[in-house]
Amino acid sequence: MRFPPEFKVVRDQEKCTKCKRCTIECTFEVHGYDKKKKRMVANDENCVACQRCVFTCPTKALVIERRPPTFSDHPTWTEWIRRDIMTQAKTGSVILASMGNEKPYQSLFDSIVIDACQVTNPAIDPLREPMELRTYLGRKPEKIEIENDALKTEIAPNLKLETPIMIAHMSYGAISLEVHKALATAAKEQGTMMGSGEGGLHKELYPFADHIIVQVASGRFGVHEEYLKIAAGMEIKIGQGAKPGIGGHLPGPKITEPISETRMIPVGTDALSPAPHHDIYSIEDLSRLIYALKEATRYKKPVFVKIAAVNNSAPIATGIIRAGADAVVLDGFRAGTGAAPQVIRDNLGIPIEAAIAAVDQRLREEGIRHWGSIIASGSIRTSADVAKAIALGADAVYIGTAALIALGCTVCKKCYTGKCTWGIATQVPKLRKRLDPEKGAKAVSNLIQAWNHELKEILGALGINSVESLRGNRERLRGVGLSQPDLDVLGILPAGK
Amino acid sequence: MIMDAKGLHYKALNKLIEDAINNSAKKIKITNVNGQRYIGGGIKGNVEIEIHGTPGDDLGSFMDGPTITVYNDAQDGIGNTMNSGKIIVHGDARDIVGHSMRGGKIFVNGDVGYRVGIHMKEYKENFPVIIAAGSAGDFLGEYMAGGRIVVLGMKDSDSEIVGDWIATGIHGGMIYIRGKVEEHKLGVAAKIAEFSQEDRKYLRNLLKEFCKTFGYNVKKILDAEFTKITPMTHRPYGKMYTE
Ligand code: SF4
Ligand code: SF4
Repeated sequence: MRFPPEFKVVRDQEKCTKCKRCTIECTFEVHGYDKKKKRMVANDENCVACQRCVFTCPTKALVIERRPPTFSDHPTWTEWIRRDIMTQAKTGSVILASMGNEKPYQSLFDSIVIDACQVTNPAIDPLREPMELRTYLGRKPEKIEIENDALKTEIAPNLKLETPIMIAHMSYGAISLEVHKALATAAKEQGTMMGSGEGGLHKELYPFADHIIVQVASGRFGVHEEYLKIAAGMEIKIGQGAKPGIGGHLPGPKITEPISETRMIPVGTDALSPAPHHDIYSIEDLSRLIYALKEATRYKKPVFVKIAAVNNSAPIATGIIRAGADAVVLDGFRAGTGAAPQVIRDNLGIPIEAAIAAVDQRLREEGIRHWGSIIASGSIRTSADVAKAIALGADAVYIGTAALIALGCTVCKKCYTGKCTWGIATQVPKLRKRLDPEKGAKAVSNLIQAWNHELKEILGALGINSVESLRGNRERLRGVGLSQPDLDVLGILPAGK
Repeated sequence: MIMDAKGLHYKALNKLIEDAINNSAKKIKITNVNGQRYIGGGIKGNVEIEIHGTPGDDLGSFMDGPTITVYNDAQDGIGNTMNSGKIIVHGDARDIVGHSMRGGKIFVNGDVGYRVGIHMKEYKENFPVIIAAGSAGDFLGEYMAGGRIVVLGMKDSDSEIVGDWIATGIHGGMIYIRGKVEEHKLGVAAKIAEFSQEDRKYLRNLLKEFCKTFGYNVKKILDAEFTKITPMTHRPYGKMYTE
C-alpha cells in the first residue's frame, strides 16, 4: 500500500504538444506517454514539486498543485506525523531528510526589528557617502605598538573580506562540481570566501584556493598537506546545525570516480564521518589539532572551528577561542543539509540568534572578544538577517541554502536522492550539465551584491558608515512579541523602550 | 645536520626543521627532544629525520613522504592524517596512532595505546600500514576504511594482545592479530575471517621491512596463530535509512 500522493500534476491538454520534454526533465519518473490514449500522463505519486517540468515546459502546459490533505484533520496527529509512523512501521528505518529544520518554531530574526535615525541623529545617504563593508576575520591585537615608524606588534593572519557575507561549506559529493565552481567564482568576484565542505577540493577548484576556506572534519576526507597549504584558511568542523552531535554519511553509490579522487577513498565505499573527531575529546585535544594545522601551514593562515549552536555554546566558544582558534563558527538549528536524520534536524540544537548573542556576550565578559571572530550560519535568508546577526554580535555570516536558491534550487528537499532536477545536489553527468557554472556564478554574485547594497542602506538608516560599528550593537535592535527571558538572552530591549 | 632541541619550544624547533628542509637538508638528527609537538608536521619530500629523546603529540601529522625514526617512546597522535612516508618508533607509541592516515607506514617496536588506526583509509597507490610488535589498547581500527593494521603481541605475555571494541564500524581494510581473538571483543560491523595460506603469504611480504628494521625473524613471527578481522560489508549502515 502506498501513500496518497502529496502533489497533483495538472496538465492543460490543449496546450500540451506531446513534445515529451517533461519526461526528460523529470528525474522522478512522473511523466509518460500513453500510447493508447495518445496523450501525456502523470504518475502523481512520485512528484516532489521541484517545478523543473513547470519551468521547462515549452508551452507552459503544466502546473503542480498540492492535493488537499487526505487525512482527517487532527491537531496532534498531523498528516506528516501519521505518514512518518506508517513509513517507519513498514521499514524499521531512520527517516532521512534534506534542507533545514521543517518545524514551525518561532523565528527570532522575524521577531527583531532594526532601529533607524530620525531628526536628532542624522541618517547617512549611502549613495553619497562611502560605506564600509570590509571585514577582517581572525585574531586582533590587544594594542598596537609602533617603533621607529614601523609596526612592532605582530599581527595574526586575518582573512580580508569585501563583504561580511561568505558562502557556506557544502561538500563536493553532496553538490556537484559545477556548483562548487560557480560558488568559488562568485566568492572571488565578490572578494569573499567560500567553504570547501568536508569532501576535499577538486583540482579544478585549486585556482580559486585563495578564496576558499578548507574544512577538516572527522572523516578527514581529501585532507592533505597541499589542500591545507593552498587554502586561504582552515576550518575544523566539530558539528553542524542540521545534525548536531552526529556524523556524516555519504552513501557508497554516490562515491563516483571524481568524488573518490577528491575524497581520496575508493569508488563505491560509504564515506562515513564519525560523530566526534577521534583525536578530539576535550578542549585541550582541540587545541592540539588547531596547532597541528597551524604548524603544518607555518602560521600563515587562520584556523576556524565550527560547532552547532547548542545550549552550552557560550562556554564552548570561549574554550575554542582560548584553544587558539581565530574564529568560532556557530551553525544554527535551522541550517541546511544534503542529508540528515529528520528527527535530529527538526529537534536538536538552538536558534542561531540566541547562540550569537550568548557567545558574543560571554567573550566580551571574559575580555577576549578580540581574540577571535564570530561567524554565524544556518538560515541566513536576507540582508536583514545578515544585519541582525551582526548587530547581535557576529563578524560575518555564511550563506548556504540562499546561494543554492540563487542557483535555481527550489527547496524540494530531495537532495539526499542525488536526483536533483536542477543539477545542484547530484553527480549524474547529464543532470550536472543543467547548471552552467558561469551563469551560476553571476547569479550568486548578484545575490551578494544586492545584499551588500541593502546592508549599506540599513547602515545608512542607522546613521553609521561601517559594518564594524554595527557589530554587537544590540542597542539598535528591538524585540517584538518576545518574552523577557528571550529578550535577556538576545540582550535587546522590547520595541517602544 | 644535527639540531639540539634542548629548551626549544615546538614552534622554534619546527621552524629550524622547516628552514633545514628548505635548504635541502636530506638527513636531520635532533637531539634532546623533550615533548615538542608536531615534529615533521606537514613536511614533504624524501628527508630523513632522526629523533633522540621523546617527541610530543602529533609527530608527523599531515606528513607526505619523509621518514622519521624515534629511538625512544612516542606520545599521542603520531602520523595523524599522514599521506605518505614512514614513522619508526623503537619504543612504545601512545593513543590514536595513524588517525585517518591515508598512506605510508608506521612501525612501532613496542606497544600502542587506545584508538589506534581509527578511520585509516586507502586510495589507489596510497595504502596505510601500521605494525606494532607489542599489544594494542581498546578501539583498534574503529571506522577503518582501508589499509592494514598488524598487532604482533610479542612484548609482554601477561597482557592481552588487543583491547575491546575492535574495529567498530569498519568498512574497508583489514586487521591481523597474532594470537586468538574472541568474537565478543569485536565491535559492530566487524567479523573474524579465516586466516588462509594466502594471508600468511601476504603477511610475510608485509612484515619483511618491519622485521628488517627491528631485527626480527619473519619466519618465527609467522609461526603462530593469527586472527584476521575484516568488515562485514563495505556499507555497514546501508539499511539504516529510509525516505
Ligand atoms: S519535474 Fe518535478 S515537479 Fe515536475 S513532475 Fe517531476 S518531480 Fe514533479
Ligand atoms: S538542491 Fe536540488 S534536490 Fe536539493 S532542494 Fe534544491 S532543487 Fe531540491
